[in-house]
Amino acid sequence: MEVLRAMRRKAGTYVVLGPFVIVLAFPFYWALTTAFKKDRDLYNAQSNPYVYNDGSGHAHWDFWNYMTFHHVSFLFKHTEYPTWLENTVIVGVAVVAITLVLALPAGYALARLSGRWGQSAGVGIFVVYLVPPTLLFLPLSRLVAELGLRDSLWSLILVYPSFTVPFATWLLMGFFKTIPQELEDAALVDGCSRLRALRRIVFPVSLPGILTVVIFAFSLCVNEFIYAFTFTSSTGERTLSAGVPNELIRGDVFFWQSLMAAVLIPSIPLALLYNAFLDRFIKGFTGGAFR
Amino acid sequence: MAVAAGGLAERRPRRRHLLEDRRVLAPLLIAPAVVFVVVVVGVPLIWAIYLSLTDATGGSLSGKFVGFQNFTDAWHDQNFRNALENTLIITFASQAIVVVGAAIVSHYLVRDFRGKWLVRLLVILPWAAPVALVTIAWLWIFDSLLSVLSWTLGKMHLLGPVCGAFGIHGCSAANPPPWLGHPKLAMFSIIVVHAWRILPFAVIIFIAGRASIPTEVDDAARIDGASALKKLWYVDLPLQLPIALVAVLFGIVFTAADFAVVWVLTRGGPFNSTQVLTTWSESIGVESTRVGAGAAISLYLFPLLLAVTVLMLFFARRAQVT
Repeated sequence: MEVLRAMRRKAGTYVVLGPFVIVLAFPFYWALTTAFKKDRDLYNAQSNPYVYNDGSGHAHWDFWNYMTFHHVSFLFKHTEYPTWLENTVIVGVAVVAITLVLALPAGYALARLSGRWGQSAGVGIFVVYLVPPTLLFLPLSRLVAELGLRDSLWSLILVYPSFTVPFATWLLMGFFKTIPQELEDAALVDGCSRLRALRRIVFPVSLPGILTVVIFAFSLCVNEFIYAFTFTSSTGERTLSAGVPNELIRGDVFFWQSLMAAVLIPSIPLALLYNAFLDRFIKGFTGGAFR
Repeated sequence: MAVAAGGLAERRPRRRHLLEDRRVLAPLLIAPAVVFVVVVVGVPLIWAIYLSLTDATGGSLSGKFVGFQNFTDAWHDQNFRNALENTLIITFASQAIVVVGAAIVSHYLVRDFRGKWLVRLLVILPWAAPVALVTIAWLWIFDSLLSVLSWTLGKMHLLGPVCGAFGIHGCSAANPPPWLGHPKLAMFSIIVVHAWRILPFAVIIFIAGRASIPTEVDDAARIDGASALKKLWYVDLPLQLPIALVAVLFGIVFTAADFAVVWVLTRGGPFNSTQVLTTWSESIGVESTRVGAGAAISLYLFPLLLAVTVLMLFFARRAQVT
């Protein structure tokens, strides 16, 4: 009886989760299938779109004989996609560096050094994270123009920390709170200065947490759309987020295969990283306040 | 211990001594972040409020003070009313789907089962992928001629009923529904995409909330002979409610303030029928270069965000207590 109940429970898990997983992952499956399709297969409305078909619309299971890498290589050879990838990485790395410089000390101080007012400061930073870019992009785009940074990656490097710093400070505060105070106290007793203890003990111990912040802050930069869309306009200064929807979609002509490849290439590595660091993210995100 | 540390520091230079003091060190470490955030968030926010009270146009950072003219003008504009209404509909409809979905998925995803790693990866995919890009995948799913959705519904003989539900007649495989070209269908499509992309985040936070319930509570409920349903209602839900609400409030902010989904899917069309506050503000503030009017439109989001923030802080505090 027990075994039967356990089996039913297991089956229930799959039956309920199945439809959700299908819906959530479907656009990615669809993008993957599309990216390698030949034109005559893709634009044949009669054939089964889920699989690969031959010229006359007959499905084949040996899909590797009916797919093409033509559109993926087109993306890299005949569009600015590689430039956008590069720009995205440049902006991401620069922003993450700025973010760590500002958020590491702040996160630590909020977790450890400050008393009551530190609590409110932490909450304040959390609130700032909730001020959306859509409220700020008009004045910021004017500001960027005044500084002569219009249509330059520097505009994004300057502005992106406005949301990564509050986010990172919040997460780091959560991580530092989970590190036992005794660890530092021991170092302080041994005559270590507080800043030295911070550098030599606290930061190394919280490396997994810091790495989590690096990944999620980087992904926030890749994700950002409205600043990238309004601050940059020339093709060479676009990031992925702004470049793909603005430059690869022209009028009513869609290069669906290349577009889908462009969507998948940044998404899959990010998802794998998210999955790997998810538990740590939850710990930091909820550790800041909800403990 | 503090005495020991202080004693050692006394022999060091005075500057060093000062750095050991919490009251000096804490503000010193926090200040750079706070100053930066005030400059790049606080100043623009105040500036946006100032601009909304002027007749500033493109290319200038200021304009003539016009009071609340921009706000009242917007209020009497049918397009704005429509955008405001759409923002509320899209936000609340998508979050309603998210709450129900996240409650179900998180309930099952906390269990241990074969292939959990893969299931979790697939569930968080929409959250990890850049919004502006994955929305293009949806643009392709909702294509007017080669929509995979239309093809599938057609094979299941469901095209007629689905179209009928939206008041569209004569749908068939040869004449697929215009998912993004019909006002009602386009709104539906936008809601689906928002629900889809927020659901993973909500699931993750729900799971975190579940994990924060001590196992002792579970055991106690079991020993007291609580049925599964009673346990859900009297134990699990009340304990999870605060953190679940935090997830929902985040979802509301992310949806109401989003620009990419509507812009990529419909650009506010057809005929401005799917404009939301963010896209309408961009359209007026950037494309029509009426910066003051655009700022006023985007600031209509502010009361909603403020209310959400206050609620969130309230529930976050509740969560902390439990």
